Amino acid sequence: MATQQTRSLARFMMAPSVVLLFVWMIVPLAFTLWFSFQQYNPLNPIRDGFVGFSNYALFYSNPAFLQSILNTLILVASVLLITVIGGILLALLIDQPMWGQGIVRILVISPFFVMPPVAALVWKNMIMHPQYGVFADIARFFGGQPIDWFGQYPMLAIIIIVAWQWLPFATLILLTSLQSLDGEQKEAAEMDGAGFISRFIYLTLPHMSRAITVVILIQTIFLLSVYAEILVTTNGGPGYASTNLPFLVYQKALLEFKIGQASAGGIIAVILANIVAFFAMRAVGKNLDK
Amino acid sequence: MARAVSTQHKTIATAAAWIVALLIFFPILYTIITSFKSEQEAIQGFNLFPSGTTESYTAVEAQSGYFKFFLNSVFLSVGSTILALLVAIPAAWSMAFSPGKWTKDILMWMLSTKMMPAVAVLFPIYLIFRDTGLLDSRIGLMIMLMLINLPIVVWMLYTYFREIPGEILEAARMDGASLWNEIVYVLTPMAVPGIASTMLLNIILAWNEAFWTIRLTTTEAAPLTAFISSFSSPQGLFWAKLSAASTLAIAPILIMGWFSQKQLVRGLTFGAVK
Repeated sequence: MATQQTRSLARFMMAPSVVLLFVWMIVPLAFTLWFSFQQYNPLNPIRDGFVGFSNYALFYSNPAFLQSILNTLILVASVLLITVIGGILLALLIDQPMWGQGIVRILVISPFFVMPPVAALVWKNMIMHPQYGVFADIARFFGGQPIDWFGQYPMLAIIIIVAWQWLPFATLILLTSLQSLDGEQKEAAEMDGAGFISRFIYLTLPHMSRAITVVILIQTIFLLSVYAEILVTTNGGPGYASTNLPFLVYQKALLEFKIGQASAGGIIAVILANIVAFFAMRAVGKNLDK
Repeated sequence: MARAVSTQHKTIATAAAWIVALLIFFPILYTIITSFKSEQEAIQGFNLFPSGTTESYTAVEAQSGYFKFFLNSVFLSVGSTILALLVAIPAAWSMAFSPGKWTKDILMWMLSTKMMPAVAVLFPIYLIFRDTGLLDSRIGLMIMLMLINLPIVVWMLYTYFREIPGEILEAARMDGASLWNEIVYVLTPMAVPGIASTMLLNIILAWNEAFWTIRLTTTEAAPLTAFISSFSSPQGLFWAKLSAASTLAIAPILIMGWFSQKQLVRGLTFGAVK
């Protein structure tokens, strides 16, 4: 029974948000698209103008490009794998009756609130440092040789740090979902003689499927743009061993001032994100109807 | 009928969960412990019992002016959140109470803006900020953080507002309540918890945002994320000082976070998991 008047009022109330987001999305993106077809260096005022797809070709022929795409995908996939499986196991554990459940929850969720530069620097210096880190202390205690994490296994080190940041998120979401599982259903299954494993596969897992989808999608959005963790630990190195796509674009744009190539890389990042977004939108949209 | 849980089962679960929880929490705990060590102690191998000195804390403030960065973080996170609420409340309100044909599409589109990778617009934003003098300004960064979190704010408010029954408003109107009374006595009390939750989560997100806050600032507007990142190329002994600075940077938001677990689930899953 919305009248004409309330409808125009509704539009008026929505306008600021819509206009702001529209401008914020379209204007810079249009710039990037334009730059991606231009030869432009802010330090060198000579401009060659339109260069077609050569920026894309240059970015593509850069050996760092394939490496960075590969690193991006490895990072996203590994962290997802660790956090989803780890999150399910942790949620199942915390859901058990125990003493001090509230405190356990608080301890487990804490890493999520640690800002990325702090998380990365603490791991780099206090935990993984080849001389003074806790891992090195442990290795020496057992008579082993401490590992130079960021020199030898830079991607693995970053994966560990990022997984540590996101495991709490996955656990919290999955635990929330687990706790909304109907107790009576569980009891009925138990009385029917269903063991723990079959209860998990036929009852718990299907119940959690929506939460798992959401965890994967939300995390993918954030994991595709991991930046600070790389900046303060390996700075993308050694070589390009731990450079992901966002980091490569940042290097091209603000360190080498190769704006055209950086913009081409940015557009590729948008395409990559859009592929993910397509699936994300469908999943979230379905939930809206319920 | 409650399930009888054997004490043995409970003991094992408790032990396992506490061990895992402490392992996950360990990096944070060890940072706090190290912040109370002297620089000498900090590099002398694994040690859980610090001498309790607070020299690192005084050194961090004296050498780098920690407090300025802290104030910037507070200003930016709270400021951007309030700004976002001012813009988002009317929008979420109208979408929840007088949804139109396009409401769902607009919501989905807003969410999609959140998925645009920041690097894709890094240089244009950098140019715009440089040419308008917004680089390293608190106002510029505040607007930036507001725009980044606006979709989440609209969405979260929308899921809260949608739960307020529309019949209550009609009943109040039937009883002859004026618009003003309707807003003050009926709507506000029901909307405040949702708005507060949204505010809490978004302060946390803005506080921890670590791309724009690092790239668009140098000294004046730099918040704690940029300050901590400057520790990445250390000079001399700095373990204890890094720990002290880190502890100060995460403590307020960690405590806020503990109280926001439910809002976090709801806000970051866009109402899909409650």
